[in-house]
Amino acid sequence: MMRVLIAVLAFASASTYAAPPAGAAACSGCHAASATVASPVPRLVGREAADIVKAMDEFRAGKRPATVMDRIAKGFTDDETRAIAAWYAGQR
Amino acid sequence: MSVSRRRFLKSAAAAATGLFAPAVIAQAAPRVVIIGGGFAGTSCARALRKADQRLAVTLVEPNATFTACPLSNAVIAGLRELTAQQFTYERVVADGITLLRANATAIDAQARSVTLSDGTRLVYDRLVLAPGIDIRWDALPGYGESAAERMPHAWKAGEQTLLLRRQLEAMADGGLVVIAAPANPFRCPTGPYERASLIAHYLKTRKPRSKLIVLDAKDGFSKQRLFENAWAELYPGLLEWVPLSGGGKVISVDASTNTLVTDFGRHQAAVANVIPPQKAGSVGDIAGVADRSGWCPIDPATFESKLRAGIHVIGDAAIAGAMPKSAFAANSQAKACAEVVAELVNGRMPSAPKLINTCYSLVAPDYGISVAGVYRPAGGQLAEVPGAGGVSPLDAPRATRVLEAQYAEAWFRTITGEAFG
Ligand SMILES: Cc1cc2nc3c(=O)[nH]c(=O)nc-3n(C[C@H](O)[C@H](O)[C@H](O)COP(=O)(O)OP(=O)(O)OC[C@H]3O[C@@H](n4cnc5c(N)ncnc54)[C@H](O)[C@@H]3O)c2cc1C
Repeated sequence: MMRVLIAVLAFASASTYAAPPAGAAACSGCHAASATVASPVPRLVGREAADIVKAMDEFRAGKRPATVMDRIAKGFTDDETRAIAAWYAGQR
Repeated sequence: MSVSRRRFLKSAAAAATGLFAPAVIAQAAPRVVIIGGGFAGTSCARALRKADQRLAVTLVEPNATFTACPLSNAVIAGLRELTAQQFTYERVVADGITLLRANATAIDAQARSVTLSDGTRLVYDRLVLAPGIDIRWDALPGYGESAAERMPHAWKAGEQTLLLRRQLEAMADGGLVVIAAPANPFRCPTGPYERASLIAHYLKTRKPRSKLIVLDAKDGFSKQRLFENAWAELYPGLLEWVPLSGGGKVISVDASTNTLVTDFGRHQAAVANVIPPQKAGSVGDIAGVADRSGWCPIDPATFESKLRAGIHVIGDAAIAGAMPKSAFAANSQAKACAEVVAELVNGRMPSAPKLINTCYSLVAPDYGISVAGVYRPAGGQLAEVPGAGGVSPLDAPRATRVLEAQYAEAWFRTITGEAFG
């Protein structure tokens, strides 16, 4: 029965999977995707893309107080940052 | 099960009774089997289900409860209870993942099948191995499984963690504690030094006449200057680090007398913590994906084994280039690997991943330091992105150390939430 069910699932739904941009998933090691985790680190899910880009720019430039984000932000290009920010903005 | 999913199953089941049934069977959902329900395996299983609800994801793990290593050094130092380290799989199962409580005992890469300790045989389209580490019981003369009952490694959290804690609690003030640290590579490169720090904190506050020696098989380690500065400030005269060049390499142990032997002498300890050489979990050998180093070489863009097609390796077991063997790295690799596998089973080319690692260490309960890195495939390896990453500033004010100690705990809540919450 289970096997039939699984098989049918495949039939009933063509994959709509679209991979997130490179690096997006890595942020969730600290920025919890789940709203249930208690953390001082802000969630990125559903945040304005422009806010994320601005924060990353300021971290990179050393203009925003940071403990690790100044070090991590330097590992992402402007294009990568924009893509990640847009993706998080679209998540719920 | 969510309402929408239940409704979906219902309509899917109705469709199965129709004329389409034979065609349906031919298009079975892609099957992904994951071995190991630790930080890497569990995160990967959940990310796969999130990426593509069609996938039939099976997670194989023998233990009903996972005991996390990060912050287990605080348990050893009496600052935290082991129960705070323990997690179960209810939420993982609720994501629609099939959890099988067993060990994977045989893998046939040709037939794409896994055999479990209970005799079950699983066929996969893609296999992900995330077995963590095993201790190399043959690597340090005198240090076998029974010696570990006297001289705990506490490098897999659980009973061993509590054993080391009890030994410290039972030790008289003025005793000698010795930690033996292994050569690279091994699980959690900063772990021995965080442990030394927190044991020093315990001794300073509870047994101040005691002494702690770290015998090291290396001449340097991650975040070294940060640790050494903090040790000089917090634990002067209490903690001594002996590098390889100073005779630090332990060449054998004698559990009957709690003695560690180096080329330069013998140290008889009141409490001895032997962190021995390690290798990928033994299923790496069984699958034929571990090389002579004991670890598993992978393609840095896909995590696929360089030795067997269709098998991906993530977490501590993998040779991940510049990435350390950490729970953070395991989680980062797990999610990237899930994206790769979801693309591959859908017949698409995955794009190159970008990964992050951040490892916090507690030098004291309110004194945290960190090392971070950003990684991408380059030159056949996972290499650090130049100009990014690095360690906490050497001259940071104490307030930053306090903040990083808080972030260390917040990170633990986040990462365990990602895997088990
Ligand atoms: C003292 C200490 C402190 C640490 N502190 C930190 C820290 O602060 N930050 C950090 O990021 N990392 C830290 N780490 C490292 C971290 O614990 C590991 O890097 C992490 O657990 C690796 O995840 P993994 O999934 O590869 O392995 P694990 O988490 O060990 O999971 C492997 C799982 O596979 C299962 N398994 C093995 N073989 C089989 C088989 N044949 N069949 C089925 N299941 C199998 C095991 O039962 C286990 O549950 C620390 C480690 C130690 C020892």
